[in-house]
Amino acid sequence: MAMSEIQATSPLFRMEGVSKRYGGVRALENAHLAVEAGRIHAILGENGAGKSTLIKIMAGVVAPDEGRMLLDGQDATFRSPAGASAAGIACVFQELSLIPDLSVADNIAIANPPRRFGLIDRRAQRAIAEEALARAGAEDIHPRTLVKDLPLSRRQMVEIAKALASGPRILILDEATSALTAGDVAKVFAVLKGLRSEGLALLYISHRMHEIAELADTCTVFRNGRNVASFSAGSRTNSEVVEMMIGREYSNIFPPRQKRAIEQGRAPVLECRSLGWSDRLRDISFSVGEGEVVGLGGLEGQGQRLLLLALFGVLRGMTGSVLIDGAPVAISDPAAARKPPHCMALIPEDRKTEGLMLPMTVRENLSFAALDRVSRGGVIDRAKEEQLIDEMLRLLEIKTAGLDVPVGALSGGNQQKVVIAKWLMRKPRIILLNDPTRGIDVGTKQELYRLLRQLAETGAAIVFYSTDYDELIGCCDRVLVLYDGRIVRELEGDEISERALIASALNVEAGHEGTAA
Amino acid sequence: MSEWRYWLNEQRGTLTGLAIFLVMFSVYVANHPAGFTANVVHTAANKGVLLAFVAMAQALVVITAGIDLSVGMILVLTNCLASWIVVGAAVPTTLGVVAVLATGTICGAINGALVIYGRLQPIVATIATGAVYFGLGLLLRPFPGGSVNEDLADALTGRLFGVIPSSLVALAAVVLIIWLPFRKSVAGRAAFAAGSSEPAAFMSGVPIRRGKFAAYLLSGLLAGMGGLFLTFFTYTGEAAYASGSAYTLWSIAAVVLGGVSLYGGRGSAVGAIFGAFAARTTGDMLFAFDVDPLWQPLLQGIVLMIAVSIGSLALLRVRNRLDWFQ
Amino acid sequence: MSETSESRLSVKARLPALLRRADPAVLTAFGCILLLLLLGSLYSSNFLSPDYLLQQLKVASFLGVVSAGMMIVILLGHIDLSVPWVMTMGAMMACAAAGFGATGAFVAIPVGVLCGMALGLLNGFGVAYLRIPSMIVTLASNVVAQGLMVVYTGGFSPQDSAPPAIRWLATGTLVPGVPNAILVWLAVSAAMVFLLARTAFGRAVYGIGNSERAAFLSGVGTRRVVMIAFILSGALSAFGGVLLAGYASKAAQAMGDAYLLPSIAAVVLGGTSILGGRGSYLGTVAGVILITLLQSILSVMQMPEAGRQIVYGIVIIVMLLLYGRAPPSR
Repeated sequence: MAMSEIQATSPLFRMEGVSKRYGGVRALENAHLAVEAGRIHAILGENGAGKSTLIKIMAGVVAPDEGRMLLDGQDATFRSPAGASAAGIACVFQELSLIPDLSVADNIAIANPPRRFGLIDRRAQRAIAEEALARAGAEDIHPRTLVKDLPLSRRQMVEIAKALASGPRILILDEATSALTAGDVAKVFAVLKGLRSEGLALLYISHRMHEIAELADTCTVFRNGRNVASFSAGSRTNSEVVEMMIGREYSNIFPPRQKRAIEQGRAPVLECRSLGWSDRLRDISFSVGEGEVVGLGGLEGQGQRLLLLALFGVLRGMTGSVLIDGAPVAISDPAAARKPPHCMALIPEDRKTEGLMLPMTVRENLSFAALDRVSRGGVIDRAKEEQLIDEMLRLLEIKTAGLDVPVGALSGGNQQKVVIAKWLMRKPRIILLNDPTRGIDVGTKQELYRLLRQLAETGAAIVFYSTDYDELIGCCDRVLVLYDGRIVRELEGDEISERALIASALNVEAGHEGTAA
Repeated sequence: MSEWRYWLNEQRGTLTGLAIFLVMFSVYVANHPAGFTANVVHTAANKGVLLAFVAMAQALVVITAGIDLSVGMILVLTNCLASWIVVGAAVPTTLGVVAVLATGTICGAINGALVIYGRLQPIVATIATGAVYFGLGLLLRPFPGGSVNEDLADALTGRLFGVIPSSLVALAAVVLIIWLPFRKSVAGRAAFAAGSSEPAAFMSGVPIRRGKFAAYLLSGLLAGMGGLFLTFFTYTGEAAYASGSAYTLWSIAAVVLGGVSLYGGRGSAVGAIFGAFAARTTGDMLFAFDVDPLWQPLLQGIVLMIAVSIGSLALLRVRNRLDWFQ
Repeated sequence: MSETSESRLSVKARLPALLRRADPAVLTAFGCILLLLLLGSLYSSNFLSPDYLLQQLKVASFLGVVSAGMMIVILLGHIDLSVPWVMTMGAMMACAAAGFGATGAFVAIPVGVLCGMALGLLNGFGVAYLRIPSMIVTLASNVVAQGLMVVYTGGFSPQDSAPPAIRWLATGTLVPGVPNAILVWLAVSAAMVFLLARTAFGRAVYGIGNSERAAFLSGVGTRRVVMIAFILSGALSAFGGVLLAGYASKAAQAMGDAYLLPSIAAVVLGGTSILGGRGSYLGTVAGVILITLLQSILSVMQMPEAGRQIVYGIVIIVMLLLYGRAPPSR
């Protein structure tokens, strides 16, 4: 593999042939990585390439299924985050590991607080916290503030200070700058460069190409759970790196699109006008016509999921307006959203906790969202229920040992089909999908693509968020790319390409040929 | 912000509890026929101390995001036990006190083991252990009776220098010897961290199980102290089911009044003490205002209902409805 | 964690339908009932006589009615600790209403049940709309109900003896040889089975108990369902109290105290998960009979109250450890 490009000095940390599966999904496959002291090593890869799993394994949060890790040439397997921390690996997580009800100082010193007579020495702890905050360039944070009272960007700085305070030899930063202001980013970069010259090994995960260009000494690209290339920084152009991140064989698994004639003078089925919520969604305006599939693209966590929840009536305190068939509507909750005339459906993000009740039977799950349709006076009409369920089983070709089997016993793909079927039973006009193909097999994916097209052809308006760029390209009539809660680009027809999607998701110009890495 | 404002923010729950208590108590004293005398304070202190012990016990468990519905029954059990063994000369009395406190601690340890290692839900587990503890108490004292070393009892329930109620001094000593060290220990911090956010605590490498177990253990010890003091006040042991459940119930009320979050991670045993005294004063206040004693339970119930509803005001700030279900 | 539960489920799915549907907890509970009867019959041959068994079922019916309400609430993942005084309130109010002549006697039972529903409404509102932990709201409303009853009985001396209609409902025999209380329990049970298995409400209860998030996102009015469940629980508790008053011929303070722990225990021992979402009504029936028999045998053996409490507690803990544990955290 591309390891040859790396100098054969003995690395501080080495990962060999590490694999990890979740259920049937490969998150990491035979991954290799060598991290050297005194260097900043950038990890690149698109959504779901295996970066997060890699970090979790290094930090002792999850255990690998196969492979081994070496620290200083010694076998290093961590049973818990505490073990990794003791070995000198500190991690700044994307999902924060701070305890909200404790103070900043308590959090910074939590792993190994200073003690006097067996009790925590608050004065010493405060000194440690102040020093760590100063090192991270966040002197403005008072060590006695409670973490829950801090805004997200300050918490992120505390998280960095906490990692520094443990005196690590390897520091991992997972999208550590995503919530920071530009000023903070500059400070953090100076700190990181200082740490590099002190001889620490740094692992830097970021989607921001210019950050990587500024910081990294070495880069490794991950794709589909494998490391595909390692190279020293500056030896590849931006577009070459994007190429490596794509690099999948492009199979023609998508059904053909029919260009629909847009009827003049008809209001779109769904329209948003400068929708905003908190500081997480800003000025979102778009419309979806009858029979149209509109994709939502961009990096994870840029507001796509919140946008779908906002449309479905889950969020309170929204600004702007939502129009259905040209008339403004106020949808108070999902119960209102699913009723006529809106007839909305939301395929939620996590099918195991939001879409299904795993211990309940296939039958109960299928009819759960349509109970009002199959019951009279609150009593379930079993014949009618059976008939609708049969229809759905045939339409989606759900494979199950029977209707009275717990839905948790089905395969991931069939579970997802049940989630979709339970909403199709209501014959929705507006269908919102939140990354519906995550963690399911290719065959089922293909069936879902066909189904989407079929639904669009029968007149449904579809909003489809996916973390898989191929899907957006293959399925959507238009794609809206979100960045930091805003729509930064709208791509239509032939404009929708992997290159354009990645470039706009990273918020860099596609044609820009600067040396990124 | 200057230092004292941080302190204020940290102690907000406790200070709210103190404020509620002070307001209630001054209204009570102002309307008491005898006014602010050592006698009035002494009586109020002795009444409040029992609930204060149980409330501290409850606070420790609630901080870990658990609940202990057996605290009242541990009090009953240790009361019955004390009425047998805390008697005689100095040495047997001391041994008796140690045995009573050890019993309380063991009860707490059993609860903790069932919840943490047995992975049972705290509610059901402690309802069930509560039945066992009550049964044991009843076994010891099928009928009210027994006795206690009266010298010790009088010393701990009387007044120091004729002014300060010694029960309050004992309570303060317990805070100093048990609560403050616990809060400053690694285990104590782990208990808070686990109650606040167990996943974040795990990611930070906090000894979660040790912290929670210590909390349950000390909770049993404190409830046992409550039982001991009950014996000192009454000179007898009695296994009364109603009294045990009332203590459990009011310990939860006291914890809420004292600013301890029922969702865990926030609050202090000191706050719970103020909450306990405030809850006790509700009853006394009705007396000072000459309300028919018949109305007392109802008014107390309404006060309790209002107290627990206040916490739900935070709900108005929730903007993502999915956050309701966490 | 999810992997293992999935593989366990799929193994289960391969079993024949009959075995698969029979919940091991329910089977265990019925097995324990048989065991208790066997042990009892060794002690005294009376244990297998129809008279004795009918008497046990009659005693069980009060607990059975209360447990039915408790079960709905537990299926949601909540708990109702207001049972003791809601029972007492139902009984007292029904007896009091009967004091108002012929009309009073006619509406006695509805009045008692309505009072229970009112308290249930209070509970449900606190849990569903204010999102206060159910344990706390119901504890508080228990105190409120107690306060109300203390005020009510203290001010004057109300009628506390049960009117003939209520007595007939509890102890009369419509069908020769079968006490009416058992018929009432049967009717409540039939209604429960129908409610849980055949109605949209029942499905919603199980759904919310499994994942309130998923139920909410499915567009189910979760708050309404939770509130109705607490109202039902209040109504059934009060009705249980009315029946108990008929059995004892009078309503008394604290008459419901002995029913809180057993009602929770019956539901949990019948295989209903205290976390909600799982459990069959048949299991609750088994739990009720099991507890009643246990009580009966302990009293026949002249086990004192103390021993009974200890045995209760230990039996519940042991059964919970056998099948009521939360999954390991990691």
